[in-house]
Amino acid sequence: MGRGGLRQRGCIWLLALLLALPAPLMGQGFAGLGADAEGFAVPERGRALDFPTDHGPHPDYRIEWWYLTATLTGADGQDYGVQWTLFRSALAPGEAEGWASPQVWMGHAGLTSATGHFAAERFARGGIGQAGVTASPFHAHIDDWHMTGHARPGEDVLDRLELHARGSEFHYTLEFTAEGPLVLQGDQGYSVKSPEGQASYYYSQPFYTVSGMLHLPDGPVEVSGQGWLDREWSSQPLSPQQLGWDWVSLIFDDGHRMMGFQVRGREGFTAGTWITPDGTPTPLPDGALRFTPLARTRINGRDVPTSWQIDWPEGGLSITTEPLNPSAWMDLSVSYWEGPLRFTGTHEGRGYLEMTGY
Amino acid sequence: MTALALETVTKSFPSVEGRVEVLRGVSLDIARGSAHALTGESGSGKSTLLHIAAGLEQADSGRVLVGQSDLTTLDEAGRAALRRGHVGLIFQQFNLIPSLSVAANLGFQARLAGKHDADFIIHLAQRLGVADLLSRYPEQLSGGQQQRVAIGRCLAARPALVLADEPTGNLDEETGDRVLDLMLELTAETGAALLLVTHSSRLAARCEARHHLRAGRMEGTE
Amino acid sequence: MTRAALAALLSHWARNKLQLAMLLAGLALATALWSGVQALNAEARSAYATAEALLSEGATARLDHPSGQIAQESFGALRRAGWLVSPVLEARVTLGDARVTLIGIEPLTAPPGAGPALAAEDLAAFFSGRGFAHPQTLREIRDVPREIRPSEAVPVGTVLVDIGQAQAILQSDHLTSLTLAQTQPEGLRPLETLVPELRLLSPGEGAELAGLTDSFHLNLTAFGLLAFAVGLFIVHSAVGLAFEQRRAMFRTLRALGLPLRTLTACLATELLLMALVAGAAGLVLGYALAALLMPDVALTLRGLYGAPVPGALQFNPLWALAGLGMALGGTALAGAQALWRLWHLPPLAPAQPRAWAHASARGMRVQSALAGALALLAIILAVYGTGLLAGFLLLAATLLAAALAVPLVLTTVLRLAERAARGPLAEWFWADSRQNLPRLSLALMALMLALAANIGVGTMVASFRATFIDWLDLRLVAEVNVIPRSQDEARALEAFLAPRADAVLPMLRVEAQLSGQPAQIYAMKDHATFRDNWPLIDPVPQVWDRLAAAEGVLVNEQLYRRSGLRAGDELDLPQIGPMPVLGAYPDYGNPLAQAVITLPRFSEIWPEAPIRQLAIRTEDAPTLIAALQDEFGLSAAQITDQAQAKEISLAIFERTFVITRALNLLTLSVAALALFAALVTLAGMRLAQLAPLWALGLTPRQLAGLELTRALVMGGLTMLLALPVGLVLAQVLLAVINVQAFGWRLPLQVFPGDWARLGLWAALAVLAAASLPALRLWRQGPAQLLRVFAHER
Repeated sequence: MGRGGLRQRGCIWLLALLLALPAPLMGQGFAGLGADAEGFAVPERGRALDFPTDHGPHPDYRIEWWYLTATLTGADGQDYGVQWTLFRSALAPGEAEGWASPQVWMGHAGLTSATGHFAAERFARGGIGQAGVTASPFHAHIDDWHMTGHARPGEDVLDRLELHARGSEFHYTLEFTAEGPLVLQGDQGYSVKSPEGQASYYYSQPFYTVSGMLHLPDGPVEVSGQGWLDREWSSQPLSPQQLGWDWVSLIFDDGHRMMGFQVRGREGFTAGTWITPDGTPTPLPDGALRFTPLARTRINGRDVPTSWQIDWPEGGLSITTEPLNPSAWMDLSVSYWEGPLRFTGTHEGRGYLEMTGY
Repeated sequence: MTALALETVTKSFPSVEGRVEVLRGVSLDIARGSAHALTGESGSGKSTLLHIAAGLEQADSGRVLVGQSDLTTLDEAGRAALRRGHVGLIFQQFNLIPSLSVAANLGFQARLAGKHDADFIIHLAQRLGVADLLSRYPEQLSGGQQQRVAIGRCLAARPALVLADEPTGNLDEETGDRVLDLMLELTAETGAALLLVTHSSRLAARCEARHHLRAGRMEGTE
Repeated sequence: MTRAALAALLSHWARNKLQLAMLLAGLALATALWSGVQALNAEARSAYATAEALLSEGATARLDHPSGQIAQESFGALRRAGWLVSPVLEARVTLGDARVTLIGIEPLTAPPGAGPALAAEDLAAFFSGRGFAHPQTLREIRDVPREIRPSEAVPVGTVLVDIGQAQAILQSDHLTSLTLAQTQPEGLRPLETLVPELRLLSPGEGAELAGLTDSFHLNLTAFGLLAFAVGLFIVHSAVGLAFEQRRAMFRTLRALGLPLRTLTACLATELLLMALVAGAAGLVLGYALAALLMPDVALTLRGLYGAPVPGALQFNPLWALAGLGMALGGTALAGAQALWRLWHLPPLAPAQPRAWAHASARGMRVQSALAGALALLAIILAVYGTGLLAGFLLLAATLLAAALAVPLVLTTVLRLAERAARGPLAEWFWADSRQNLPRLSLALMALMLALAANIGVGTMVASFRATFIDWLDLRLVAEVNVIPRSQDEARALEAFLAPRADAVLPMLRVEAQLSGQPAQIYAMKDHATFRDNWPLIDPVPQVWDRLAAAEGVLVNEQLYRRSGLRAGDELDLPQIGPMPVLGAYPDYGNPLAQAVITLPRFSEIWPEAPIRQLAIRTEDAPTLIAALQDEFGLSAAQITDQAQAKEISLAIFERTFVITRALNLLTLSVAALALFAALVTLAGMRLAQLAPLWALGLTPRQLAGLELTRALVMGGLTMLLALPVGLVLAQVLLAVINVQAFGWRLPLQVFPGDWARLGLWAALAVLAAASLPALRLWRQGPAQLLRVFAHER
C-alpha cells in the first residue's frame, strides 16, 4: 500500500466529519461516535449569536471552521485566489488540558493563479498549544499559520486581520480590513442544510478589502482585492442521502454579495443569502436558487463541473461562472475543489467556488 | 591315513520351486598325499561339496571328517580354526588379499596358523616363479601369477588338505596347465591331500583318482 | 527408448534402497539445514523492517537530546516556527507480565508509517487509550490493564500508544525524540538556532539493527553453508558409488545402441528427480527446524541486540524457491563428476570398478597441494586480514585445508601403523584400512569438519562463558539496583539512602557519537566499588586517580578495539573535546561504544541528564529493599537485587548460544549420516575383500569385529586430527571473529572434559554408523561371503 493510500484511508473519516461529507464515506467514521450527535450540543433556531464570544471556538459542538477566501489581482495584472481554513473537530464534547484534549485541528491553505494551484495542510491536537483560537483579541493558529486580529477599539475583533500560511512551495501574508458589518446567514445565523432539518450556526464577514504579498515558486507578487470570511459550527452532519455540495460566495461589481449552495443527493436542497452593499441579508429558501453545471473538467480521475449557470428567477439573476483555474483541486488528505471565479450574465463580478463529494 | 572323508552327505537349498537337493548322500575318502579330481556339469553340486569340505557351508546330514575332526560337530569358530590350521583353499578368483603385498599374502595363512617358516616361503616363491614379485600388489599381477601366489600362500601353511575350485578357470590353457602342474607337484612335495573341482576331464585326468557327480550323486570313481 | 533407459537406470535404486535412502536423506538434510537457517535469517530481517516501518525511521530524520529527554515546549516551538516535527516518547516499561518498549506517537503529525496508520483506524479510541502490540507480545503481557489490539505491523516487544497515553503511563511530560517530515517548508529559521540543544540524526541513523545483527546472521549462514557442504559429501559419494556400480549397465545400454547423449540426459534427469524429491522434503524439514529454533533465535537477538524479532515463523514462497534452487545446485555440483565421467567413458570400458587406491594416488597429490595452498592462504589471512569477512574466509580456509589434509594425514598414520604392526592380522588391518581410505575419505572429511567445528565453537562458547561469569561477578557488585520513576524520586532516593547505605552510585548517561559510532557516555562516581572490581585492559598507572581527576576517559573494549585506540590516545568527546584514554574495560553483550568520565565533570557538562538507575552498596540488602518499598512504594520491577541481575544476564548469555549449539549438533548428525552412508554402501564392495580372509579361517564374527574396530579407529584418528583444527578454529573465533563482530577479545581456555564428551559422542556416532554393516556381516556373513566364490558371480 502506498504512503498516500495509508494516509488517505486514515483521515477520510476526519475530513468527512469536517466537511460534512456524504454517507458512503461516513459509515466507518461515525460508527463509533453515534449518529445522533450524542453528547454534543445541537444548534437551536432563535438563539442569538453573541460577539466577540462566538468568534471563538465552541468545543461542545462537533465541527467548526474559520474559512477565509480572497479574490485578488496582482501588480502583474494577473488574477489570484487565496483560501485559508482552520477546521476544528471534536472527538468528544468539551475541552481538556494537554494531550487529553478531544479537539483536533486541521488547517488548509490554497493559492490559485490562472496557471497554477498550490495546496497545503496541517494537523494538530488541541490542548498543547499547537493550534487553537481565542476570540478576543482574536487569534487563530495552527503551527506557524495564523489569522491574527488587529481590530481598533470599538471595532469587531474580526474587522482587521493578518493572515499567514506556508506550504512547501508557497507562502502568503495578507491584511484583511472589513468595509461592512457581519452578516448572519439563514434565520439570524441558523442555517438549515437539508430537508430533514440538519442545521448549523453560520455567519459571514463578506466585506473585506485585502492587500499583501503572495510568494510563489516564480517569486513574490504584491496583490490586492476582496475577501470573505465564513464562520460555521454544528454537530449535525449532512443527512445520509446527501452526496456533497456546491457552494459559492459572489461579490458583485455593484457592491452586492451573495452566498448560495446546493446539497446534492436524492433530494436536492438549496439555500442562499442576498446581501445588499450595506449588509442587509435576504435568505433565499430551498428551491429559490438553481445550479446548472455547464462544463466539466477531468481532475485527478474525477469529473468536476467547474463552470456553472446559477439562476435566481425571483431576483432576476442568471449568471455563468468561469473558474480562474479549472484545476483548483485541493489534493490533500481528502480532496475537494476550491478556487476563485469570475461571473457574467445578468450580473458581473468575482467569487469563490467550493465543491465537495466528487 | 584319511585327509578328508565325506559320509552320505546331503545338502539342499531353498528356492522358488521349493527345496532343491544339491547333494543326495555323497561319500568320499581322500588319503593324505593323494590328488583327487571332482568333475561334474554346472549345478551338479561339486562346488557345494567343496564348500562343505572346507566348512564354508554345513551339510544337512552325514559326516564330514577333516583329519580326525568331524566338521559337522564344530561351530563356526571351530570350523574357521580348522580351516586356518589344516585346510588350504584355492578359488577361481578373489583369492588374494588386495591390500597386502605378494610377500605378505604368501605368508599370511602360515602366520595366522602359527606355522610361519620364512625359508619355506622363499623356497615356494622360487618354485612358483614369483620371487621377483614379492613387493608387488595383487592387482599388479597377471591372472596366472595371482593363482601361483594363491597356491604358495595355501601351501606355506602346510595344510593337510588342499581344496581347489576351478583354480585355472580364469586362465588360458597353457598358463592353466603350468599352474596346475605346479600345484600337483607342490602338494605332492608337502604331502597334502588335494581335491580339485573342475569341469574339465582333461585336467581331471592328471589326478590319481577321479570322482564324477551328477545331480547330487556320486556317479563313479576311477 | 529414453523411457526404457531411464527405467533401467532407476531400477538400480529399487535394488539398492538403502543407498537411495542415503542419497535422498543427505540431500534433504543439507537442504533442510541451509534453508532452515535462511528462513531464520529472513524472518529476523523482516522483523527489522517492521520495526523500521513503524515510524518509518529509514526515511525520516530525527532530533534527540543527549540526555534522552526533550522538553515538550521544544516541540511546540518548532511547530510554531513552521517545522513539521512529530513527538515520540519511547521507554522500557513493565506492562502486565512483560517488560516492553512503550512507544508513544502523535498520529496527526507523524510522518506516514505503519504506526500512524494503525492509530488512524480510530483516532478517538487511540487518543483515549487504545494501544497496539504484536500478537506475541500481547500474549506475553497477558493481563492487559488497557485495550491493546494485536497487530503484525508492530514489532515484537513493543506497545504502540498515543503520546499522551505514553506520558501518562510514564508519569512524564517529556519526549524522547522528534521525527521530521520528509519535506519541510522553505525559508524556516534553521534548527541550530531554534533548538541548539537538540541533535539531528539523519534517516536510518540510530536504527542500525540490520548492521548490528549482521555478524549474527553471517554466523548462522556460515553454519548453514557448512552443514550444506557436509550434506553434499553424502550426495557426492552416493552418486559416485551408484555410477561405479552401474558401469556394466552403462556398457550394456550403449552396446544396445543407446546414444551417449541420451544416456547422459537420462542420468541427469535421474539426478534432477532426486534433487526435486529430496529438495522438497528438505524444505519441509528446514521449515520445521526453523520453526523449532525461531523462539531461541528471537530471544538471542532480543537479548543481545534488543532486536524485536517474533518467535513465530512466517512462510515465504520465495524462500522455498531459493531452497529448492540450492538443492538443485548442490545436486548438480555433487553429480557433475559422475556425469562428466560418463560423457568421457569409452563404450566398452571395463565393467569392474577400477582400483581405487591407484586411481586416487594422483587425486591425493592434487588434494594435498590444494590443502597446502589453502593453509598458506589461511596463514596470510591470519597475518594480514582485517574485517569480519576476512575472519570468515580465514575460518573457511582453515577448515577446508584441514579437511583436504585428512586423507593425507590418515594415510601417513596408517602406513606408520602398518610398519609397526606385528602379526598378520594387524598388518592386514592397517593395510586394508589404508587401501579403503579413499572410499571413506569424503565421509571422514565431513566428520572432521563437523568435529572441528564442534570443538571450535564449543571451546569458544565455554571460554566466553567462563570469562563472562567471572566478569559478571566483578561487574554486578552492587547489592541493590533501583530505577527511579522520575528525577524528583531519584533525588529523594539519594537523600533517603545516603545515611542508610554504604554507597549510592547513580547511573547517568548521554547518547553521543564517539569515533563516528553511536555511543553512550556514562558518569562514574569515584568509589571503591569500581576501583576494586573493574577489570581493565591496558590501564595507565594510577588510572582511577586520573579518572577521578577528570584527566581522561575509560572506554569499553568494543570502542577500544574497533577504533584501534591505545592507552594515552586522545578521544574526542562532544562538548568536552579531546581527552586521553586511560584504559579499556570489558563490556560483554553490549553492541554500542561506551566511554566513562568522572561524575563531577559529567554533571558540569550535562546537568540535565536524568539519573536512570541507582546502584546501592549495603550489607543488609533485604532490610534496605523493604525500607525502600515502604518509604517510596517502589514496585518490584523497579528494584533488582544482585542475584536477579546475575540471573538475567546469565539467562541472556545462555540463550545466545542455544542456536549455535543446536546447529553444531545437527552438523555432527549429518556427518555421522555421511559416514553411515559411506560404510553401508562400502559394505557391499567389502565382501570381495573380506571373503579370502574368511576362507583363510577367520570367522564372520571376527571380521565384523575388525570392521567395527576399523571404523572406530578411523573415527578416533579423525577426532584426534579435529582437535588441533578445532582449537585453531576457537582461537580464530575468539581473537578474530568475536573482535570483528562484537568488539571483544577473549582468552582461549581449554575444556578437555568437553572434548572427552564430544569424543564419546563421536565414537557413538561412528559405532552407530558402522554397526549396521558389521551386524549384517556377522549375522548373514557366510551366505554373503560364499556368493563371492560362487561361479555364477
